[in-house]
Amino acid sequence: MNVRPSSGNGQGAAVVVIGGGVTGLSAAWWLARGGVDVLVIDKGIVGWEASGRNGGGAAHSFSPLFAEEQRLWPLMDEMLGYPTEYRPKRIRVALTEAQLDYYCRVADLATSQGFRWEKLDRKQLKELAALVTDEAVGGVLLHFGGQANPQRTVQAFAWALQDLGGRIQQHTTVTEMRRKGGKVTEIVTDRGTFGCDHVVIAAGPQTGLLAQMIGIDLPLAFARLEQIVTEPVPLMKMGWVDGNGLYGRQTLRGNLAFGGGPHDWIEIDGMRAPFASSTFVMRHLAKRVAQLFPYAAQARVIRSWAGLVEVTPDGRPVIDRLSDPDNVVLATMASVGFGLCPATGHAIQQLVVDGKCTFADLSGFNLERLRNVAPGWREKRGWLPPVSAA
Amino acid sequence: MCRGPIDQASAIGKAPVPEQHVPLIVIGAGTAGVAAAITAAKGGVQTLLIDENPLGPDVIGLDVPLHFGQRANAAIQNKDRMVERIVANNPGLMEAFEAGIDVALGTYVFGAFINGETVHSMPVPMLGLADGTRSWMVSFDRLIVATGARDLAIAFEGWEKPGVMGARGWHSLVRQYNAFSGRRLLILGSGVTGLGVAQDALRAGHEIAGIVEVEAAPVGPADLVAQIQDRSVPIYAAHAVRQATGRAEVEGAVLVALDVNGAPIEGSDTTVACDTIIYALGAVPNIELLNVLGCHLEFRGAAGGYVPVVDAEGATSLAGIYAVGDCTGLQDPQSAAAQGEASAGAVVRSLAGDAKPVPHAASPAASGMSLYEYWQRWSRAEIAASGWDVHVCQCEEVTRAEIADLRPPRYLGARPAEMSGHNLRKLGAESPVNQDQVKRLTRAGMGPCQGRRCREQVHMLLSAVTGTPVETIPLATYRAPVRPLPLQVLAAFEELAAVRDNWVAWFNIPSQWTPHWEIDYAALETVTRKTGIADK
Ligand SMILES: Cc1cc2nc3c(=O)[nH]c(=O)nc-3n(C[C@H](O)[C@H](O)[C@H](O)COP(=O)(O)OP(=O)(O)OC[C@H]3O[C@@H](n4cnc5c(N)ncnc54)[C@H](O)[C@@H]3O)c2cc1C
Repeated sequence: MNVRPSSGNGQGAAVVVIGGGVTGLSAAWWLARGGVDVLVIDKGIVGWEASGRNGGGAAHSFSPLFAEEQRLWPLMDEMLGYPTEYRPKRIRVALTEAQLDYYCRVADLATSQGFRWEKLDRKQLKELAALVTDEAVGGVLLHFGGQANPQRTVQAFAWALQDLGGRIQQHTTVTEMRRKGGKVTEIVTDRGTFGCDHVVIAAGPQTGLLAQMIGIDLPLAFARLEQIVTEPVPLMKMGWVDGNGLYGRQTLRGNLAFGGGPHDWIEIDGMRAPFASSTFVMRHLAKRVAQLFPYAAQARVIRSWAGLVEVTPDGRPVIDRLSDPDNVVLATMASVGFGLCPATGHAIQQLVVDGKCTFADLSGFNLERLRNVAPGWREKRGWLPPVSAA
Repeated sequence: MCRGPIDQASAIGKAPVPEQHVPLIVIGAGTAGVAAAITAAKGGVQTLLIDENPLGPDVIGLDVPLHFGQRANAAIQNKDRMVERIVANNPGLMEAFEAGIDVALGTYVFGAFINGETVHSMPVPMLGLADGTRSWMVSFDRLIVATGARDLAIAFEGWEKPGVMGARGWHSLVRQYNAFSGRRLLILGSGVTGLGVAQDALRAGHEIAGIVEVEAAPVGPADLVAQIQDRSVPIYAAHAVRQATGRAEVEGAVLVALDVNGAPIEGSDTTVACDTIIYALGAVPNIELLNVLGCHLEFRGAAGGYVPVVDAEGATSLAGIYAVGDCTGLQDPQSAAAQGEASAGAVVRSLAGDAKPVPHAASPAASGMSLYEYWQRWSRAEIAASGWDVHVCQCEEVTRAEIADLRPPRYLGARPAEMSGHNLRKLGAESPVNQDQVKRLTRAGMGPCQGRRCREQVHMLLSAVTGTPVETIPLATYRAPVRPLPLQVLAAFEELAAVRDNWVAWFNIPSQWTPHWEIDYAALETVTRKTGIADK
């Protein structure tokens, strides 16, 4: 491919990445590592949306990118040169035999891919996670997966990208994409036009709106999710310890940060991110965290936050190099994009440079599979806000 | 109404059942809040007046909501006695009781929940309330926020020591609780607030070690200054605090004289004996709930920072939600009551007629900068006098230098060998400075006091380091719970069956978790089924 900046436009780049979340930044970093001239454009601050507000979990054994996710995370601090707060492994706490059973079955998905896990009895569980309830029947310890600090990871990618000469243009909204022949050649923003040889659209919830600009239909629904966080409590030996309907982690600082429970389906039909506040769900989260960690029940909840994600009809990512226009890679992670980001960026880089991913079979992530999604699919599933909503 | 079926895993239909519905809730039993509640009650509106005093000792210990500086004595442990004192010391409360107002004391408002752009599950607006043992919800038609203000703090070496506190924290302990444990005060700031503390302290028989002022001369009204000076209170003009000294708690302060440029003069250090150092630099509006609700806020330097944009009746940008008194940045206590009465009048009218409350969308009046500019001079003087290595964020122990360098927190081990110049100044050159971004990178403002002791000083530091005007740096957002409440307190409520039975850790989209080698793309229109425990 052409790795020189597009001619005729001083502020263009060989590859323009739209969206400075973890997906776009990782893709840009991988491209820059390969010597490609790359520019990331974000409407706000890098990682400001879902990428900076998620649970920080990285254990996606169902994904074709899982092996690469697991291979890369332990290397990321070193490769990026900045701390991501990555910590390996995960414990799932079972409060009932049925849960234990289920966790074992899920853990087995990884066994077939060459990863290890073990069952923990109550004593072993308490040894690794002292705050956990005495009522737990046991748990599973996954010798894979892990966690990182979302905002720190985003910033690590951004700085590493800049260190390689990549550029990041923040507070710039893409408003139009111009085609010439079978290619997108210009990215129009509220702060000027940028020439490009290739485009990566990794704009989270707005990915569908941007795709629409070039005649591509990407069916998406949108939701708001929330989490709570406590003041620091004494560190357990393991950080990612969850269960009781929660996902989340103890941070290295000691805070318990957990999410789960009811979400709100919302509408996003413009480039602006709507105001996302937390709700009554925070009390339910507090209740479940207190049940799971009764030894931390006196810890004070000091914050909550909400984030917005996009979801495809099957809940699985789209990572696809389009055929027409043929210089565009579309990437939505369908709400599970943080943990996979090191691998996702690598895959996108290969799609841009070589047209195909060599380390994983991404055929399940193509756009084609969504072609027959019937109009009105969101209504049919109740994946829209109520009509009366403001 | 939903267009189709309801996603059982979503929040629709799961809102908590409020324990009580009241047409009007007033938050805060200060001058403005009491006046509003009484006016509304007299106008025939059933009113609930909520105040968090007496505060739990744990909250007081965290410097929430005011900077109490560990100067409360053991009396605050006795809640019943404190209730009596709070009532006895606030004549407005007696009046409110007599007007038939339902008054909830010792009650925290930890959140305010309404429908909005991304929330569709609330059948009615609600407040989340809590005391020391449990949490509950109340619903309302109208809300008047009268949450007052807290004090600006600026770090110097040793400001973590017990004995460093805010003027409002001091007033509260002295006047509301009769539970102040200090004796000899050093007051920072010679404006109305500082002189007021001095007067009250003299009246109460406290000793005053002095008043410190970074400006060349006292900034308060001349007659007040003269009165204080007549009582032979030393005023250290053109001075800053270098350090609070003392072993376990404050025993003194080292002051340093400033030259005409505000720079410390070598060899001018003097030590003043005192057990309490009081920030009396001016008020920061308590806008936590207004921010959580999504009210339109504007930066007004003269009002002490970000304040809600309100009309003459206190109407905010959200219909039915009003803000009055110090939380609006009011710098004139005389008009607090009038403001409260005016907004209650608007509430009475809007509840009586069918007239919907009108949100206020007018553009703000021109904003003077004076107060914030004064604070920025204090900030510069304290940076010069106490240096870059003091903790600005006490909770997370983050220094000024660490913020300027965007250094990862210390628990992550040594700073990466070279950060390639990725510091605050560079960040500011690349994109508009954002305090929440800096917070997430350095942790400044992320602790249990919820940023109350450092929010404004970090804001000014970001401005100073990057050369960005303070008014263009967005507010570091407040989030619910706006009081640091134990998990077990928030958790003490009855969970609705609808929530419990349909709880999923993540969306209920089975195909999201199907292993990639098993997925059947032909059967795409998967029916969402109930899994009980969704994976993640
Ligand atoms: C509460 C919560 C918890 C989560 N927990 C986890 C977890 O534990 N593990 C996990 O793997 N995932 C988790 N996720 C999901 C994960 O955060 C997202 O899937 C992931 O961050 C998506 O990253 P992204 O870069 O694809 O999109 P985003 O982070 O949404 O970034 C898209 C970017 O594009 C920019 N943009 C949009 N439109 C335009 C435009 N027109 N012009 C310029 N820029 C534009 C936006 O400003 C934004 O910065 C969670 C999400 C939430 C909200």
